Amino acid sequence: MNIFFKINNNKLYKLLKSLYNLFKAKFSQPLIGIILPVIILLIWYFLAVTETIRNSLLPTPNEVLKEILILANEGTLFSHIQITLTRVFYGFIGGGIAATILGILTGVSPFIRKLFDPTIQALKAVPSLAWVPLFILWFGIFENSKVALISVGVFFPVYLNLMMGIRQIDKRMIEVANINNLNLFQTIRWILLPGIIPEWITGLRSGLALGWMFVIAAELMGASEGLGYLMIDGQMTGRPALIIGALILFAIIGKLTDELIYLSAKPFLKWKESLDTMQVGANNA
Amino acid sequence: MLEISNISKIFKNNKKDLAALQKTNLLINDHEIISLVGQSGCGKSTLLRIIGGLEKASTGFIKLNNKIIKKPSSNIGMVFQDPRLMPWLNVYDNIKLSILNENKKEQKVKISKTLQKVGLENCEQLWPRELSGGMAQRVAIARALVREPKVLLLDEPFSALDSFTKTNLHQHVKELWVSLKLTIIMVTHDINEATSMSDRVLIIKKTKPREIENSQIINMSYPRSEFKNIKYNQLIKKRILNS
Repeated sequence: MNIFFKINNNKLYKLLKSLYNLFKAKFSQPLIGIILPVIILLIWYFLAVTETIRNSLLPTPNEVLKEILILANEGTLFSHIQITLTRVFYGFIGGGIAATILGILTGVSPFIRKLFDPTIQALKAVPSLAWVPLFILWFGIFENSKVALISVGVFFPVYLNLMMGIRQIDKRMIEVANINNLNLFQTIRWILLPGIIPEWITGLRSGLALGWMFVIAAELMGASEGLGYLMIDGQMTGRPALIIGALILFAIIGKLTDELIYLSAKPFLKWKESLDTMQVGANNA
Repeated sequence: MLEISNISKIFKNNKKDLAALQKTNLLINDHEIISLVGQSGCGKSTLLRIIGGLEKASTGFIKLNNKIIKKPSSNIGMVFQDPRLMPWLNVYDNIKLSILNENKKEQKVKISKTLQKVGLENCEQLWPRELSGGMAQRVAIARALVREPKVLLLDEPFSALDSFTKTNLHQHVKELWVSLKLTIIMVTHDINEATSMSDRVLIIKKTKPREIENSQIINMSYPRSEFKNIKYNQLIKKRILNS
């Protein structure tokens, strides 16, 4: 009987241990990232419930959730999310493609770089809202002006990262291609492209983050739908719960889209030894 | 046979022209090891790069089996001072770079054979970051050898390695030289390495104005005792210092 229990206990122990290991491997990293939002939520809850900050300025998390659920029940929440996502998507594609083409050209050709780069660098310094009147004038009040504004936001980080990535490619690697008689296509496929992918991905991620910032500016300039519009609506009708709800949705969707790029790029970056895979400071322990 | 004929190299500079090589002549027999030695900046690596087709000579020509070499050729493999492995390719794909035009089946056979020759079986899937300095240099040698070249150019390939790994690789290159019947031209700063590894040594001196040639060949006879090697070392050192 004792032996039977021992075997069972051992099996149970092994099962629990493997479950724990699986949990640790699969969920411990994402869970670490949740700690800070939970702390912020608790502080927010405390400040709102004790009315340290007035409810008319800072509603409780419950009220924010209620506001979001009301919108969801009405069926308008998803159309707001969808329209914002569509704007960011088209802006990201437009700005990303333009930046990729120009980034490659300026990275490869010193002449084109000298011709274009000073102007692009100067335009980079123009604040997002400064483009709004011009784009409304050029593209009208509807979707085109909004997509154009988001494209501008996406363009600069992608362009800069890609151009710098190409310029920083080790010339000695090209020599390896030459000594091995690689033709132009093979050199691009095996050496140039994989060499610039990390910088390009970084540019795309930064571009997407700016795209999300610019979509707010775009939706503030006269939209009747979208998460940015919800914020303006909340401000006009004195509903801070709506403003905070839209803000949280922006953060969640922004994070999800960034994660999407990161996961799509992961197979191309598996060769990179990141700090994650190294034990920083292990020698000092 | 490799023929180096009247090779000069002048680097054009804004202020003045800089001559790196002046009328270098040499005939290298098949299956011979030649070392190029000399002070830094004398043009050793430049000569090697001209032989490899990576640089153009200002005058003269290089012939391999009576054919003039103007650009990199599959008959010539080159290993650089640093392994220059692509960090985004594993060992297999790094070696594959040399034989991209061959079909997959042939590539597989050749790569696994070459890896065996350099003593790196079962390392095909490793990333360059997972290799030691010696292993990375062996992969670079494998990449040069996989095309089955007649001539192997080595540009100080052992200089960054520790003495133990260096001795091991010396031995290994010698074995490859014997088994593959290669012609090897090696640039080195290490006189001991030059005398112990090679049949002849070409001393390249820094160019001087009005000088017609800036290179000199030292023939070293066989068999070579330890004592003879020391004598050759002293002779080469003396010639370099006098240059």
